Amino acid sequence: MSGGQLSTTLCSERHVRRHPLRLELRGITKRFPGVVANDGVDLTIESGEILGLLGENGAGKTTLMNILYGLYSADEGQVLIDGEEVHFEGPGDAIAAGIGMVHQHFMLVPVFTVTENVVLGNEPTGALGRIDMQEARREVREISSRYGLEVDPDAVIEDLPVGIQQRVEIIKVLFREAEIIVFDEPTAVLTPQEVEEFFEIVRGLKEAGKGIVFITHKLGEMLEIADRICVLRRGKVVGEAIPGEVTPGELAEMMVGRPVELVVEKSPADPGDPVLEVSDLVVTDARNHRAVDGVSFTVRAGEIVGIAGVQGNGQTELVEAITGLVIPLAGHITLNGRDITRATPRERHRLGMSHVPEDRQNDGLVLDFDLTENLVLDSYYQEPYSRGIVMDWDAARDHAEELVRQYDVRAPSVDVLASHLSGGNQQKLIVAREFARDTALIVASQPTRGVDVGSIEYIHRRIVEERDEGSAVLIVSSELDEILALSDRILVMYRGRIVAETTPAETTPAELGLYMAGQVA
Amino acid sequence: MERIAPSHIDWRSVVLVPLLAVFTALVIGALIIVLTEGPDDVVPAYVALFRGAFVGISAISETLTAATPLIIAGLSVALGFRAGLFNIGVEGQMTVGGMAAVFAGFALSGLPLVIHLPLAILAGFIGGAIWGGIPGWLRAQTGAHEVITTIMLNFIAYRLIDYLLKQPAIIREGRFDPISKDVLPSARLPQLLDWITPSLRLHGGFILALLLAWGIWWLLFRSTIGFEFRAVGSNPSAAAYAGMSVTATTVLVMAIAGGLGGLAGANQTLGVLYSVSPGFTSGIGFDAIALALLGRSHPGGVVLAGLLFGALRAGGQVMQVRSGVGIDLITVVQALIIVFIAAPALVRALYRVRAGEGAGQLTRGWSA
Repeated sequence: MSGGQLSTTLCSERHVRRHPLRLELRGITKRFPGVVANDGVDLTIESGEILGLLGENGAGKTTLMNILYGLYSADEGQVLIDGEEVHFEGPGDAIAAGIGMVHQHFMLVPVFTVTENVVLGNEPTGALGRIDMQEARREVREISSRYGLEVDPDAVIEDLPVGIQQRVEIIKVLFREAEIIVFDEPTAVLTPQEVEEFFEIVRGLKEAGKGIVFITHKLGEMLEIADRICVLRRGKVVGEAIPGEVTPGELAEMMVGRPVELVVEKSPADPGDPVLEVSDLVVTDARNHRAVDGVSFTVRAGEIVGIAGVQGNGQTELVEAITGLVIPLAGHITLNGRDITRATPRERHRLGMSHVPEDRQNDGLVLDFDLTENLVLDSYYQEPYSRGIVMDWDAARDHAEELVRQYDVRAPSVDVLASHLSGGNQQKLIVAREFARDTALIVASQPTRGVDVGSIEYIHRRIVEERDEGSAVLIVSSELDEILALSDRILVMYRGRIVAETTPAETTPAELGLYMAGQVA
Repeated sequence: MERIAPSHIDWRSVVLVPLLAVFTALVIGALIIVLTEGPDDVVPAYVALFRGAFVGISAISETLTAATPLIIAGLSVALGFRAGLFNIGVEGQMTVGGMAAVFAGFALSGLPLVIHLPLAILAGFIGGAIWGGIPGWLRAQTGAHEVITTIMLNFIAYRLIDYLLKQPAIIREGRFDPISKDVLPSARLPQLLDWITPSLRLHGGFILALLLAWGIWWLLFRSTIGFEFRAVGSNPSAAAYAGMSVTATTVLVMAIAGGLGGLAGANQTLGVLYSVSPGFTSGIGFDAIALALLGRSHPGGVVLAGLLFGALRAGGQVMQVRSGVGIDLITVVQALIIVFIAAPALVRALYRVRAGEGAGQLTRGWSA
């Protein structure tokens, strides 16, 4: 929160438009042990324009913005506001200078109201330092109406949908009189309709004279909303582009450094026998709500079924029940005819189930282990990696080297710790482990979340290959592009139920978005 | 190519920081001597400490004898840490294991050494394994945190021994104070150095300790079971997703750790004391926690840390006798070592040591 120099001015003086700002980053270089995160970056941000910052994971976008926001200090280079050099000791200074940031993971207190969250750290006070909540509420309403951010000042955050919570973050930033607003991956958790509403808000902010920096990896959105796009790769600016003058393919190539296949090549599916059958499944969550409320579906060999839906509609619990981490309250799950409703995860592995979990760092890898150990995490007790209780680390290591080569995991050796890999390579490591087995069924949850474009291309291709070799594939993803690109059949999940079943050919993102929001199309 | 997991050793974290921690603790110890006795006492005290620990065959014998139960108990705690479990119950496990060993040591008669001694040692292991297995089972079944259950079982163990030492079957003939019958000669750990001088106390337990250290190393880094232990300790969620049973691991680890604690107790009762009386564990179980941290929960580190603490104990006795500085100073020095090990950033800041990679977390927090 703010620790800066803002004084509590009279409310009539607040929100007076400052003079347009010109923010310049010159030659910014930032080094961490073993890596140059930013390498001589030059960037200009002006009021009244939307700058898109595009790049893979590890390209340096977040580091650059953290320098701008005062969280880091650059090793070399300058930050200039209106031609004058500034030094930020911390976010307080950046906020005081008019820079605001809306983070990917919201920084809101769930049990506070909208108003309380907005003024936290900057409360308007009356006599004897008592907080003037009436005044605070008034200011929130003022910002809300001025910028088209409809929100109830007295609503409690944890009751609000994610799209509205994001508006609260924006109001927070405007309350601190930001002139330059940085959005870090703002659309990650929004439905297509919410994304459109969000874009309207951003355009409104631009009209009001704010400068916007938009960080995302989604090429389509970048092209739709940005006025200018700056592409970072490995810490350097590799180019600028104007939407309308550049194709998604060209942008992807700038990001990755080589031509990238954006469309998955996929022949039509040839489904065989049912592999996974889920019937009338009911799963309760930690609070005893029915997170999965009577779900039935089938996945056949040689087909990819995609479950679309906004996060939090029961997909996580569904996957946990299928993979064996929780026992359902009711219903059945069969794998190739065998009832596995109550089977342990290991039994399901043995029957040919593979799982790419949605949280790779917490659930998919042991970050303190090296690549070899991670790659035998599920098979260490079998020959040839062990005999009885004696591990054969040589065999495990050879296996690891083979997998790392086959699955294009970029690492100096198999002896490095998993924590040293980038997100995309960590995901490829997990994919290597799970796909290298003889798989009857692959369950992949958010398989390319937080993964760079190059690795996304690779993982998608591998998934299609597995399907073509006869595996049944179940994908759960909140990325509609991914669902549409990969699935042979699409199911939409809303509030624990399947509300729609269709195919990519028979639907559109808009229609899917409606289903995802619980509307009947 | 042979590989030991983990393959990344950051020498600064693993060797330099612990050494500096010990050094700093000794310096502060010296300051305490200055404040309590006077500056003239520092050098004689530390000289006596050093001589008592390292100079002469008698000193070495004492150091190794003191180090032996510390090493075994340290292995118990270290094994727990590796699996993400806090075994604070080594005192209780030592007590129960030591008692079981003594009982086997005097209740079975007419057996040759080669049978009687291993049986007594086994009894010690089993006693400790039960005492450790109970909190392990409770943790696995109910989530009861082992810090609480192991500490409580320590108290129960103390009172259990008090009770047992009043029973005629256990208490020594002709005595009214709580001391058990003697362990028969056929169940005693053999002396190693009494051919040089009869009074040297070093006994076979030391060999046992080294064997156990090797065995625990092998278990952790070369066996499938140890792989499970480490995976569960490092990331129980990923371990569960990969098919491992976190509950089975919890119970097994606590049982084995408890068994090691029992062996530490058996070491004392079969090798040094030949009987049980209240308080025979003399705080070894708690020192073991500091040891395990100092040794970074690695069996090799535990051996080295055990030797260090053994040296402090042995030398401390001599220091007390020769220079009048109480042995409580050793307790303070050990406590300071724990503080510096638990907060390596303090040592780094003091000596401007840069943090390397893989410094890692020694243990997870309460909510683990």
